[in-house]
Amino acid sequence: MGTKVNDDNSSSGAGRATRRQFLADMARTACGVGLLGLGIGVYSQRAGALPAEALRPPGALPEEEFLAACTRCGLCVRDCPYDMLHLARLGDGVPLGTPYFYARQAGCEMCEDIPCVPVCPTGALSHGLTDINKARMGLAVLSDQETCVAFLGLRCEVCFNICPIRGKAITLETEHNVRSGKHARFLPVVHSEHCTGCGKCEEACILDESAIRILPNRLVQGKLGAHYRKGWEEKAKAGEALVTPDLEHRYNLPEGVRYEHGGRGLILEKAETPPSNPADILNRGLEGR
Amino acid sequence: MADYSEVGKEAVEAKGWWGAYRWLLLRRFSQVTVFLLFLLGPVAGVWIIKGNLSSSLLLDRVPMTEPILFVQMLAAGMVPAADALIGVLIVALFYLVVGGRVFCSWVCPLNLVTDTAYWLRERLGIRGGARFGRGLRYWMLGMVLVLSAITGTLAFEMFNPVSIVQRGIIFGMGLVWAVILAVFLFDLLVAKRGWCSHLCPMGGLYGLIGYFSPLRVRADRRADCNDCMDCFVVCPEPQVIKPALKGAGKGIGPVILAGECTNCGRCIDVCSKDVFKFGLRFNNEEKVEGLRGTAQPL
Ligand code: SF4
Ligand code: SF4
Ligand code: SF4
Ligand code: SF4
Ligand code: SF4
Repeated sequence: MGTKVNDDNSSSGAGRATRRQFLADMARTACGVGLLGLGIGVYSQRAGALPAEALRPPGALPEEEFLAACTRCGLCVRDCPYDMLHLARLGDGVPLGTPYFYARQAGCEMCEDIPCVPVCPTGALSHGLTDINKARMGLAVLSDQETCVAFLGLRCEVCFNICPIRGKAITLETEHNVRSGKHARFLPVVHSEHCTGCGKCEEACILDESAIRILPNRLVQGKLGAHYRKGWEEKAKAGEALVTPDLEHRYNLPEGVRYEHGGRGLILEKAETPPSNPADILNRGLEGR
Repeated sequence: MADYSEVGKEAVEAKGWWGAYRWLLLRRFSQVTVFLLFLLGPVAGVWIIKGNLSSSLLLDRVPMTEPILFVQMLAAGMVPAADALIGVLIVALFYLVVGGRVFCSWVCPLNLVTDTAYWLRERLGIRGGARFGRGLRYWMLGMVLVLSAITGTLAFEMFNPVSIVQRGIIFGMGLVWAVILAVFLFDLLVAKRGWCSHLCPMGGLYGLIGYFSPLRVRADRRADCNDCMDCFVVCPEPQVIKPALKGAGKGIGPVILAGECTNCGRCIDVCSKDVFKFGLRFNNEEKVEGLRGTAQPL
């Protein structure tokens, strides 16, 4: 509409005034909307960060992509038979409307058919996830050895026993209990290769505050430099050492005595067994002179 | 223009109470029913429709996805899964047929809030405030898309009061009351019909869809108009009425063609002369004038 008026009167003063008015209006609108957009953008960046303790349902895309794909429909929440997923409400501190769970409140039960995933209309929960054991919602970390009662020397093992991938995602490593001097400690150790981050261990930990926690993988996992090779693995793969083998270490030992590093230690071959009284050696030394 | 409290009185006298409020009541019924259906699942365990307006699953089978979310997703660089694609086609097609902004007047829960704010504003005689152009919502729509593209996320969804409110109703309110109150006060004090008729980018997108809709309000009996102006007062987008109602002399047909018309039917209710009717966009011709005073075949 505006264009037509302008075309008709562009030569007249009134036309120019209208056009100027029109452009000014445009500029004002653009600035206003731009500012609002900036405000919303900044707000969404600040309020859009997922707290470390809030976990996404199984199959969730990496957080950046997830926030671009999830329509916040809550279908995953509705289809979880255990009702452990929530849709973030205003004030929950989780990106608005997105699904999450707190492991300590209720972990994922790792349903074999993963009903939450195929129902997701957008693929924010990747439909490629068909084996729940491949889910990576986070990684369990025994974050506090000072309070975990297994480390204090008690037989707890609740996390070990409740783990849906029992015996793989958490194993118990035994170790001498130095404090008591005569017992073993049964220490839960998590293996990232198997842990899905389901959160059952954190949920079940018997402490007032869990000593084992599920955290986003990116917060806890280290990464070897790309150029790192584990020599022993490479060697096993190749069947032989890939670098010039070290010369065997030579020990400067008396005749008839050998030393096996990492083996039997000091070996006395021709040397006579030392007498039971060390003073004899000293005496013998004097005699030989 | 008549005092706001007088608006519709003539219509009630001429057509009776039901005749003067029929479409308003029907669409309030529709708005409430939509949410009752969504709540039937979580409350009573009857899953007719699951999810929320953003994306849902009807009868565990038919996917639906809100177009504004879909376009944001595309702008953010995501390729959505098949369900979202089919879902958005179903929704867009539905509104393409019945009228884009039918969403606004027959489904959107915020409509009730902003209509109430407008009603109170007029009742209290509040004047002035910010003035926005009617094209502002398309700028807003553009901004929403640019925002998605820049942030790579559905950034607007952190703010979008429509999403927040409808999800609040279905999944738990939390602080959503504050959002409702904010929109209400904005429309009451800051700008007349500020949100729905000027700012809401969702209304903008549905307006674009509705541009092509065959289902239209027609002012076929515009010759009977007695210039009471009641329709202009009740219409959330009064600018759409003028060409159809007053365009006879300029050769403009009687069909309301603007995409911004919400097909709310309030103008039909409020007109004591029965000037307006729902109909199709075809036969938008001046011959109507020749048949003045007779009922129009639709
Ligand atoms: S796998 Fe089962 S328990 Fe876990 S989130 Fe999905 S539906 Fe819920
Ligand atoms: S079903 Fe998918 S799109 Fe819907 S809330 Fe869950 S993750 Fe988001
Ligand atoms: S989160 Fe805990 S319970 Fe779940 S798989 Fe990992 S170790 Fe097991
Ligand atoms: S303009 Fe926006 S808020 Fe208003 S009714 Fe339409 S979608 Fe809802
Ligand atoms: S023209 Fe009539 S149907 Fe369209 S928005 Fe206005 S009152 Fe509603």
